[in-house]
Amino acid sequence: MQFLFRYANPHNFMRLSGAVLPFTAIGAALALIAGLYLSFSVPPDYQQGRTVTIFFIHVPAATMAMGTYIAIALCSLLSLVWRHPLSDTAARAAAPLGAMFTALGLITGALWGKPMWGTYWVWDARLTSFLLLLFIYFGYMALWSAIEDEAKAARAAAILALVGAVNIPIIKYSVDWWNTLHQGSTVTAFKMAAVYYPPFFTMLLAYSLLFATLWMIRIRTAIVERRARNLMQGAAA
Amino acid sequence: MSPAFLNPFGTLLLRDLKLAARSGGGAALALSFFALVATLVPLGVGADLKLLARVAGGILWVAAVLSALLSLDRLFQGDFEDGSLEVIALSPLALEMTALAKIMAHWLSTGLPLTLLSPVLALLFNLDVAPTVTLFLSLLIGTPAVSAVGAIGASLTLSLKRGGLILPLIILPLLAPAVIFGAGAVRLVLDGMGSGSALGLLAAFSFGAVLLSPFAAAASVRLNLGG
Repeated sequence: MQFLFRYANPHNFMRLSGAVLPFTAIGAALALIAGLYLSFSVPPDYQQGRTVTIFFIHVPAATMAMGTYIAIALCSLLSLVWRHPLSDTAARAAAPLGAMFTALGLITGALWGKPMWGTYWVWDARLTSFLLLLFIYFGYMALWSAIEDEAKAARAAAILALVGAVNIPIIKYSVDWWNTLHQGSTVTAFKMAAVYYPPFFTMLLAYSLLFATLWMIRIRTAIVERRARNLMQGAAA
Repeated sequence: MSPAFLNPFGTLLLRDLKLAARSGGGAALALSFFALVATLVPLGVGADLKLLARVAGGILWVAAVLSALLSLDRLFQGDFEDGSLEVIALSPLALEMTALAKIMAHWLSTGLPLTLLSPVLALLFNLDVAPTVTLFLSLLIGTPAVSAVGAIGASLTLSLKRGGLILPLIILPLLAPAVIFGAGAVRLVLDGMGSGSALGLLAAFSFGAVLLSPFAAAASVRLNLGG
């Protein structure tokens, strides 16, 4: 717990993140270049052909979409239970990133679906639960911006994030159940050949570093913004 | 009748029911909306009775959820605006129980009437007796979850002037399991299978929602009252 609170002070966070930021940014760029190069240079899959490349862009996005929500839920827990001051800002800053990853997962999923299933959209269990996840992100962001008092907005959003964290596994389960009810599984289970692992993990690393970079930038911006607002109020008074 | 301070839960429940009945009919409004949506659907998809019977469970479930939404934004807001929510919060009743009373009042004034009306609408959709019974049961089991999850949304948005707009965005994705299991039960019966699994899962979801929602709702009422 002690460790978590050392960087609760915005000043300490600014110092630490300022030092780390160049490395994650450069790391993200390098991993992204390497990952994309590897993704395009793998041999085509015997069933999926060239479209297997979409996999390396699609699956890490989906992983990050879920991961970001977990990050938001943990930040919300920290803020509600231990009143950790910076975690509200962190949760709010992560939400648009999570929504972006979710949208990216959906769009690449649709683009993949066209050659694989012959249609852009199928009511596949994963696509459907991701669509619901996107709406949950939208609702969370809308609640944040709808409540003017920032402290109240933070606590309301934290409660909503935790309610969502309880409910998302249930939604996921129910959508799986619904999917098996009205059609057989459309996704052919495909066990990955060893050659596909390096690009996949490089892309996953690239996405994670990109997320870390953008998240820190957004938190830093929020802190600077608040300082500027306080200064202006001070000057006006 | 016992004095209010001896049975605050019952008093609050009765008060909210009276308010719902006397303040321009929350139930009547929800029921008309429910029936209207059910009337518009055949106009949209055509009068093919086979098709209508096929989609009836889903349509009526979605319509019921939307109808229950109509009165949700007033669940805490009215009491918040005129200050009575603060008085209620000061009463010996725990805020969690207050939330539960309001959830029950909302269900009794919308969810239950919607459930009672559903067989009539199922008739219009050419639904047989067995699936109609399942639809009725699924609504009976599932609509408390709508009121319960709705109460979380209502309490989170209670200080907003236009909370009614953001409320559906917050709670509709969370209600997906209720619609899936509720309408799924009807579809299972139409396919000649037993609906027990779906109704069981729906009951589990509903039970969990009613059990846990009061805590989330009370927490967000608390944050809105403590300035």
